Amino acid sequence: MMQIKNLHAKIGEKEILKGVNLALEKGKVHVLMGTNGSGKSTLTKAIVGHYDVSVTAGTIEYKGKNLVDMPAEERALEGVFLSFQNPIEIPGVNNAYFLRAALNAKEKYRGEKETNAAEFLKLMRAHAQKLGMNPDMISRGLNDGFSGGEKKRNEILQMEILQPDMILLDEIDSGLDIDALKAVSQGINRMKDGERTFLVITHYKRILDYIHPDYVHIFQDGQVIKNGGPELVDVLESEGYQAIVKD
Amino acid sequence: MAEEAVEKILAQEYQLGFTTDVHEDRVEPGLSVAVLEFISAKKNEPQWMLDLRIKALQKWEKMQEPHWSQLEYEPIDYQSISYFAAPKKAPNSLDEVDENILEAYEKLGIPLDEQKMLQGIAVDAVFDSVSVKTTYTEALKEKGIIFCSISEAIVEYPELVQEYMYSVVPMSDNYFAALNAAVFTDGTFVYIPKGVRCPMELSTYFRINAQNTGQFERTLIIADEGSYVSYNEGCSAPQRDENQLHAAVVELIAKKDAEIKYSTIQNWYPGDENGKGGIYNFVTKRGICEGENAKISWTQVETGSSITWKYPSCILKGDNSVGEFYSVAITSKGQQADTGTKMIHLGKNTRSTIVSKGISAMQGQNSYRGLVKVAPKASGARNFSQCDSLLIGSTCGAHTFPYLESQNATAQIEHEATTSKISDEQLMYLRQRCIGEEDGVSMIVHGFCKEVFAQLPMEFAVEAKELLNLTLEGSVG
Ligand SMILES: Nc1ncnc2c1ncn2[C@@H]1O[C@H](COP(=O)(O)OP(=O)(O)OP(=O)(O)O)[C@@H](O)[C@H]1O
Ligand SMILES: [Mg+2]
Repeated sequence: MMQIKNLHAKIGEKEILKGVNLALEKGKVHVLMGTNGSGKSTLTKAIVGHYDVSVTAGTIEYKGKNLVDMPAEERALEGVFLSFQNPIEIPGVNNAYFLRAALNAKEKYRGEKETNAAEFLKLMRAHAQKLGMNPDMISRGLNDGFSGGEKKRNEILQMEILQPDMILLDEIDSGLDIDALKAVSQGINRMKDGERTFLVITHYKRILDYIHPDYVHIFQDGQVIKNGGPELVDVLESEGYQAIVKD
Repeated sequence: MAEEAVEKILAQEYQLGFTTDVHEDRVEPGLSVAVLEFISAKKNEPQWMLDLRIKALQKWEKMQEPHWSQLEYEPIDYQSISYFAAPKKAPNSLDEVDENILEAYEKLGIPLDEQKMLQGIAVDAVFDSVSVKTTYTEALKEKGIIFCSISEAIVEYPELVQEYMYSVVPMSDNYFAALNAAVFTDGTFVYIPKGVRCPMELSTYFRINAQNTGQFERTLIIADEGSYVSYNEGCSAPQRDENQLHAAVVELIAKKDAEIKYSTIQNWYPGDENGKGGIYNFVTKRGICEGENAKISWTQVETGSSITWKYPSCILKGDNSVGEFYSVAITSKGQQADTGTKMIHLGKNTRSTIVSKGISAMQGQNSYRGLVKVAPKASGARNFSQCDSLLIGSTCGAHTFPYLESQNATAQIEHEATTSKISDEQLMYLRQRCIGEEDGVSMIVHGFCKEVFAQLPMEFAVEAKELLNLTLEGSVG
């Protein structure tokens, strides 16, 4: 689904990604773990085309195209979705209005009929309910004053409505209470259809017990240093990152 | 970076900058009694009007141009301005209105032709110094409503004009009001009789066309007891390299139980990216709630002009009367706006609401200046003010100057202010959700303004939204 090859990227003058190689297989759940500050979020930003990150070398192949030169919104329209580690607040922009505009943009791009306001509200309410969200979050400002956990649920809500193909989840499990973790995991599992691909960034094993990853990759100092299966997580949990030997 | 993209979006051109080719009568630049005599004669005014003009000029000559605002501009040479310009033929019916003028209004989306007239909206079209056409006048007359140009009112309804003109904005109120009192050329006059609810939106569309002229219009609206009127004002001007002066005066009188809703969409030419050209807009707007339970509501969307100096105000004299001010002011490129309101609480239990939204982009400078004054007798007076500023990029500025003067201990006054910025992170978030930069900026700006837009009559809310898109986006047109 996505082939990242020898990716180098800078934030400002500082090189953060130092030759990332990562192959994400269609329909599979990949997990990315690594120490704080190693560059995991920077990798997701490079994939979605964030202003802060400039790619200096390498390619990100996706659906037969190199994403590196593609505008950020086009990458999103092509089905790349990132649940941000810290979703930003946009006060004044109504949550439902925003998400409908996003959905309509995608529908338009694909030449599909645009979901109208009434249909959309029904859809959004149904998803919000499944995620155990307070109904008033639909009409509030986008992430405006949302708690950490509410923001994460809102990201999952957007994912479920936009139905993306390549899903990047950056610490979706951080700061979630037990019920929220379950609700969010169920949301992720609902999206698994053997076609969609996931890259789940996490520091904890907990969420993995719900979503059952296929592959685990270890990230260090701007590179993927080891690829393996779920057993890698157990090694990490018991012995820490120093036990990981570079491939 | 997001900032560069936003600048690109904002750097698009003014859409209404065309000029109309008409033969105009105009007076040589300069200001003197002779010029006033010329204007007065052109309009067939009675002697009393000319006398008042001359008195105003004498007062103005003794006054100084005010410089207390945040605005910076080249000194205005009042002797280099032409104070009267009008299409050659003074039209009596639409057939006589110059084709080019009709076409100009069509281009502005305001057809004056009987067949195409806007439904439910009566229009007074003011072109440079004269009103060229007022629609639906007859239909309104049946209800006793007077809707005509101020020039016509001076001749036809002298008692009303003499009683109310200068009663809210005295001749010598301020420098620009005095100038207007001397040289005002046209504008709209509205009288709504007792107990009548005006069945349609009334509106005036001001167009400056001639070069080197100023536009000095005067509007007077009287809502008699228990009546209601919603009035809208729109304006635009051609794109020119020199600055043009617009110094208008608006007076509103709301009697007992009457309500006046006054909405403005101001889209004068803003000047180019170097601050060259554009309208200097120095406007005095004031309304008085004369009787009990009267209500005056000002809503303004200010997108144009190179300089805006404007403080629509309410004098809340009647007990339980209500004043409202809802404003969106956007400044980009080299535009400067110093705008706000004054709420003067004189009567008991008077209430006022102020919602001001300032948007600054590029080199734009936006100042809110608001005065809330509670007189000793205004027990139970209440005010709520909210002033929000939105910054786009890092080269613009927003300033807030709230002034409070309360002389009654029972008054409740609340003031809230916020400043926010459209950040790269916000635009990035929206782009990651399929919403491109232009749409993202527009979405955030609309979200920021929605409380004010909600106050506009529907047709005008649509126009205001489109105008904001035009000001903010490059793609429309
Ligand atoms: N805007 C920025 N300006 C300067 N440095 C930055 C910026 N964003 C990230 N960095 C730096 O880049 C490095 C990688 O950050 P990144 O957020 O990608 O780490 P991470 O692996 O996601 O860490 P965590 O597990 O704590 O989320 C860090 O040293 C961080 O300080
Ligand atoms: Mg991170």
